[in-house]
Amino acid sequence: MPQVPSSSVLIQRHSLVTRLTHWINVLAVLVLLTSGLQIFNAHPALYWGDTSTFARPWAAMVAMERGGEPVGVTKIGPAMFETTGVLGFSGDEVRGFPAWITLPTYRSLADGRRWHFFFAWVFALNGLVYLSANIASGHVRRNLLPGRDQLGPRHLLVEIADHARLRFPKGEAARRYNALQKLTYLAVIFILLPMMVLTGLSMSPGMNAAWPWLPELFGGRQSARTFHFLSASLIVLFVAVHVLMVLVSSPLNSLGSMITGRFAIRQGED
Amino acid sequence: MFATRRRWLSGLAAAGGVALSACDKLTMNPGVQKTLARAEGLTRRAQRLVTDRTALATEFPESRISPDFRANGSTAPGDPEYLALVDGGFADWRLVVDGLVERPLSLSLAELRAQPARTQITRHDCVEGWSAIGKWSGARLGPLLDQAGLKEEARYIVFHCADTLDPNAPEGLARYYESIDLIDAYHPQSILAYEMNGEPLAVKHGAPARLRVERQLGYKHAKYVMRIEAVADFAHLGGGKGGFWEDRGYEWYAGI
Repeated sequence: MPQVPSSSVLIQRHSLVTRLTHWINVLAVLVLLTSGLQIFNAHPALYWGDTSTFARPWAAMVAMERGGEPVGVTKIGPAMFETTGVLGFSGDEVRGFPAWITLPTYRSLADGRRWHFFFAWVFALNGLVYLSANIASGHVRRNLLPGRDQLGPRHLLVEIADHARLRFPKGEAARRYNALQKLTYLAVIFILLPMMVLTGLSMSPGMNAAWPWLPELFGGRQSARTFHFLSASLIVLFVAVHVLMVLVSSPLNSLGSMITGRFAIRQGED
Repeated sequence: MFATRRRWLSGLAAAGGVALSACDKLTMNPGVQKTLARAEGLTRRAQRLVTDRTALATEFPESRISPDFRANGSTAPGDPEYLALVDGGFADWRLVVDGLVERPLSLSLAELRAQPARTQITRHDCVEGWSAIGKWSGARLGPLLDQAGLKEEARYIVFHCADTLDPNAPEGLARYYESIDLIDAYHPQSILAYEMNGEPLAVKHGAPARLRVERQLGYKHAKYVMRIEAVADFAHLGGGKGGFWEDRGYEWYAGI
């Protein structure tokens, strides 16, 4: 538990639903990401359109030979990068992503799919609970939609400069999320996470028969697979920045508030 | 300072190693497998709920046919009986339809070609992640089953194939087979394809006839079909899971 200085007040920051769905989502996204990379490793190449143009993927991880030694190579368009040990070839094995980031670590498309489709349900149902509870309670409107005062270009520039210098709001200003935070959370919740579900369903031949317009929306099944991969990459980027921001702002206070719901605000500053 | 950091990092690596091997142990745990596999029933029911029984898989114009349609699984079966059939131009091949049927059938390739047929240009989605578009012509499965007359107890249609895909597996698990339910068997796009892209089916794509079950992944589309059997359940076949890959952990319902 963070120590609360006597000059601080505790505010109720996160509702029980938000806290529960946050941690269930952490687990689901972790399993989906690692099992997703296991599935990706079955064919570590990405294409645009409906079909796989096998000779011309826009991105691929392959193993090549140089001087009798296998090397891992990542191709993006015409560019080639040597990525031995990480992408293309790692752990004495030809594989897209390395063992330490796939679930399971050994190669098994069948097991990867089991984990993925079980936790896809967990992820989707958990997301529905989060959305319906927080839209109904007004949390999204009150706390996630930026205030009019937060959206002025001057205000945004100041926030960007503050973030770059790792200076975060204190006192009264810390009672609400800043605009960059709000916009990021909105983009993740309403664009990125739904993108994962929709591009995922676009790859299902069963769903294609039910909703033929769905893969079309993304430019075909292989494009949907590409967008699934790119959206997942953006989620990884979000998580990295999110965790970094928690660590450099007020780690125990932030982490504690996502567990207990209470967030300490220092008085008499700023 | 550096010593502390190194100790931290090696501690972190050790903890990571423990977490990874715990994930592998979890994956191999039969109880965990059983729980995870539950999602398959949920997925099948949910998809069937939002999909009309006869909803068609998307069909494409000729111009979209893939020039580089990949072949997976068996591509050149070495089974002597099959090689003999290839040598004879499949003149001796017979498609047997039996099991829980009123009138078992045995059809030559010419007789199969005389059955009510359908041609469709569809996208084939491999479980590995790739897709290719091909044009398929073949006998519609529904009318064929009606001709044999399914008995009331029949619930699934099993496809017994000519190819041994896993020669090291015990008897009963080595040869390819697949199964589908009656909803998919009677789907208008479910055909026994004998032509691909206007040519007789090539050996690597399952000559002389393969199943097309367009709303599911590639491994359901059994190649080298020899016998179609109507059954009440498939627990007694192979590993009991309803197919070669199903016996190896893949979903029986491959709509996703």
